[in-house]
Amino acid sequence: MAAVTRSRSVARTVILLVLGAFFLLPLVAMAEFTTRGAGGTRSLASWAAIADDPDLVEAILVSVQLAVTSSVLVLVLLVPTMTWIRLRLPGLRRLVEFLCLLPVAIPAIVLVVGMAPLYAWVNYFLGDSPLTLTFAYAVLVLPFAYRAIDAGLSAIDLKTLAEAARGLGASWGTVLLRVVAPNIRTALIGASLLSVALVLGEFTIASLLNFDTLQVRVNLLGKRDAGVSIAVSLLTLLFAFALLFLLSFIGGRRRDTAVGGG
Amino acid sequence: MVAPVTTAAGGGRQASPRRKGNDRGPSSGSVLAWLVVVPFLAYVGTFLVYPTALVLAGAFQDADGAFTLANLAALTRGAYLQAFLRSVQLSAITALLGAVLGALLSWGVAVGKPDGLVRRVVVAGAGVLAQFGGVPLAFAFLATVGFQGFVTRFLRDSFGVDLFATGAWLFELPGLTLVYTFFQIPLMVIVFLPALDGLRPQWREAVDGLGGSAWTYWRHVGGPILLPAFLGAVLLLFANAFSAYATAAALVSQGSPIVPLQIRGFLTGEVLLGQENLGKALGLGMVVVVAVAMGLYAVLQRRFARWQR
Repeated sequence: MAAVTRSRSVARTVILLVLGAFFLLPLVAMAEFTTRGAGGTRSLASWAAIADDPDLVEAILVSVQLAVTSSVLVLVLLVPTMTWIRLRLPGLRRLVEFLCLLPVAIPAIVLVVGMAPLYAWVNYFLGDSPLTLTFAYAVLVLPFAYRAIDAGLSAIDLKTLAEAARGLGASWGTVLLRVVAPNIRTALIGASLLSVALVLGEFTIASLLNFDTLQVRVNLLGKRDAGVSIAVSLLTLLFAFALLFLLSFIGGRRRDTAVGGG
Repeated sequence: MVAPVTTAAGGGRQASPRRKGNDRGPSSGSVLAWLVVVPFLAYVGTFLVYPTALVLAGAFQDADGAFTLANLAALTRGAYLQAFLRSVQLSAITALLGAVLGALLSWGVAVGKPDGLVRRVVVAGAGVLAQFGGVPLAFAFLATVGFQGFVTRFLRDSFGVDLFATGAWLFELPGLTLVYTFFQIPLMVIVFLPALDGLRPQWREAVDGLGGSAWTYWRHVGGPILLPAFLGAVLLLFANAFSAYATAAALVSQGSPIVPLQIRGFLTGEVLLGQENLGKALGLGMVVVVAVAMGLYAVLQRRFARWQR
C-alpha cells in the first residue's frame, strides 16, 4: 500500500507541475510583456495607459453595467417562473428546462445572425444604447442561471414553505421575496456571479452587433497597442478568477448547511 | 415555436371548476396561473426562439424569401466545405488533446484533499479559462508566442531559435489548435472532475484487498465505469471548440479558415449581394453538428448516471 500511495503522489505531483507550468506560462508572459520599457528596462506605462484611455474606461463601465442588468433580468425572469412551475404547473417543467438549456446547443455566433435583424427593431424602439445588449446576454446566461437556481430550489422544501407562508396570509409577492429568495440565496449569488463573469468576457455578440463593450475595445486596442490590451486581458482574467474563487467558498458553505440541516 | 406560447396562455381548456372560497391563489388550471409564466415565455420566444427560427428558416430561403436548397448545396462545395472540414479537424484534435490532458489533471485534483487549496485554485482557474476566456486568451498567447512574445524572445536571444521560421503559424490553424487546447483542458476538468469524484474509494479498496494492482483497478473497474463519462466529455469538448468564436476572431484577422469566421464575413458585409442567406445556411450547419454532439453527450451522461446513484 505504501508503494502504491507513493507512486500515486509522484504521478500527481508531476501532472500538477507540468500542466500548472503550461497554464501559468502565458500569465507570466502577459505580466512580462506589459511591464516592458524602452531598451530592456521595466515600465508600468501599459498599465497606466488603461486609466488614460477614456474610450476604454467607458467600455469597462458599459460592461460592468451590463453585468448587473443581465444578472438582474435573468433572476427576475427565472426565479418566479421556476418557483411557480414547481408549485402549480409541473407540466411545463420540461418545456422551461428545454428552453433554458437551448442556448447550449446554439453557438453564440449563430444566435447573433438571427439577432442582427431583431436588434434593428430593438434599437428603433429603445434607442441604440449598448445596455440593450442586456436582452441578448440574459439569453446567454440562461443555462448557467437555470442550473444554479434549479439546484437551489431542489434543496429546499418549496411546497411546505410556500403553503405555510400562504396559510399565514402572505401574498405571493411576499412568498417569493421573503420566503423563497432568502432560502435559495446561495444559488442566487452563484447564478449572479456566473452571469457577471460571463458578461464581462462576452465578445461575439457585442462585436457583431457593433456595441463598444470591454472585450470589443480590448480587441480593437490590440491592433494599435498590444501592451494595453494584454494588461486589460490579464486584469479581466484575474478578476474572473477572483469571482469564481469566491464562488467555490459559497458552494462549500451550502454543502455544510445541507449536511447540518439533514 | 411562438404558437405554444399562445396555447399555453389560453390553456383554459383544462380549467377545473374553482373551489369555493379558494383564497390560496389561482389553481393550476386557471388562466391566471398561466399568466405568471407569460413574461418568461414571451422573452425567451423573442430573444432565443425567434432569432434561432430566423436562422434555420433563412437557410432554406433565397434573397426573395422563396424556398430553395441552393444555400445548403453551396455548403458542400469549395471554401465552405473546406471551412467545415477544418473546423471539424480543429475541434476533434483539441477535444482529444483536451480530454486526455484534462482527465489527467482531474485525477491529480481528485486524489487530493476535497477542500484543499489546490482543488479550489484549479477549479476556479478552470472555470475562468474554459468559459470566460475568449479575447483575453488570444492576447495571452500573443504575449507568450507572438512575434514579440516572452517565449519567442527568450528562444531567439538564448538559443537562436526562430519560432516563426515556418511562417505566421500562430495566426493559422496550428496556432488555433494550441490556444483552443488551452481552454479545452480546463473544460474537461469541469465536466470530468464530478465523474472522478463519483468513484467510490471502496471499489479501489476491494480491488486492493483481492490482490489487484492499480492497472487491474483501472482496466476492470475504474476505466469501464468512467468510459461513458469520458466519451461524453470528448463530445462536449468537440461542440465547445466547434462553436467557439471570440478567440479565433481576435487571433485571425485575415482570411476565414473556420466556419465561425466565415459567418463573421457574412455579418460584416464581405459578401456578394443576394448571398446573405448563405451565412444562415452555415449557421444551420453549425447547429446540426453541435446538436448531434450534444445529443450523444446527453445519452452517455444518462448511461454514466447509473453509477452515481
